[in-house]
Amino acid sequence: MNASLDRVFTPPIRRIAAPFALAYESPSMVNLANPTTFVELTRRVLPWLVGVTAVLFAAGLWLSVAAPPDYQQGETVKIMYLHVPAAWMATFIYAVMTAAALGTLVWRHPLADAAQKAAAPLGAGFTFICLVTGSLWGKPMWGTFWVWDARLTSVLVLFILYLGLIALWRAIEEPGRAAKAAAILTLVGAVDLPIIKFSVDWWNTLHQPASVFRLGGPTIAPELLAPLLVMSLAFTCLFLTLHLMAIRNEVLRRRIARVTMLAAVEGDRLAPRLAARGA
Amino acid sequence: MMADPHIGFIIAAYAVAAATIGAMIGWVVLDARRLRAQLDEATVALDAARGAKTGERQ
Repeated sequence: MNASLDRVFTPPIRRIAAPFALAYESPSMVNLANPTTFVELTRRVLPWLVGVTAVLFAAGLWLSVAAPPDYQQGETVKIMYLHVPAAWMATFIYAVMTAAALGTLVWRHPLADAAQKAAAPLGAGFTFICLVTGSLWGKPMWGTFWVWDARLTSVLVLFILYLGLIALWRAIEEPGRAAKAAAILTLVGAVDLPIIKFSVDWWNTLHQPASVFRLGGPTIAPELLAPLLVMSLAFTCLFLTLHLMAIRNEVLRRRIARVTMLAAVEGDRLAPRLAARGA
Repeated sequence: MMADPHIGFIIAAYAVAAATIGAMIGWVVLDARRLRAQLDEATVALDAARGAKTGERQ
């Protein structure tokens, strides 16, 4: 271990980097960087994740239906059980993509760009649910589907960022260049996350301030909070399941490219000899 | 619950969420099926190329 640390790091950096080096050199990190090992891991984990997600959704939906109406909003509060988990997932997925972008640019982890690429459509999907359910909640509560306030606008910017990243991956043919460009755009776009979080504090918005994750504890009644937390767990498990499956798809896509290239190379090597034999 | 004056908004919100989640699941599952089929095809092509090469050597 010491010899490898001395080889990799210069002495002044060594003390700071030692924990990262230990993590990097541990067998689990090395194994997870191996796409074949990752695919095998997903094969074992996915059935469990699918089961847990289904159970959580069933429990969350049952609790949502059984939850009492809000004293001001009536039954319309049931939209919260979709809107709030979707909003949390929209920002959480972008945070995951930001970590993956760092993994691509700084640590060059072999699966980081696959994780980032696989997460973008899922992030767009959850942000779309957040925007549409928020709009459908806003009409009966605020009297309008949309206002250009800071929270709504910053979430719309997040949705556009997701779409931009998907378009960027499709526009650049060379995977390495596409991953690097997408990672840079993801890091630049990460500035939107604190804006979304604190927009309701920094500006005067029609959107309400935080009522669950706040200093002093949640302001929501426990009867309404319980289904919200179960639905949030269900959304998180759904994302983990779909993300693992989508990363596995990216690994498959790379295998196809490699096998196709190998077949073409073998064919090219063979073609002149076969032609000569034919002649 | 069904007597609520805003029931239409609640149903619409759940319908849109279900459709979007269904689309995401469909995208991932169908993509996996398509990719597996493509990988099988590419593997057959590679095996054929290698087989032809081996045959040419013999």
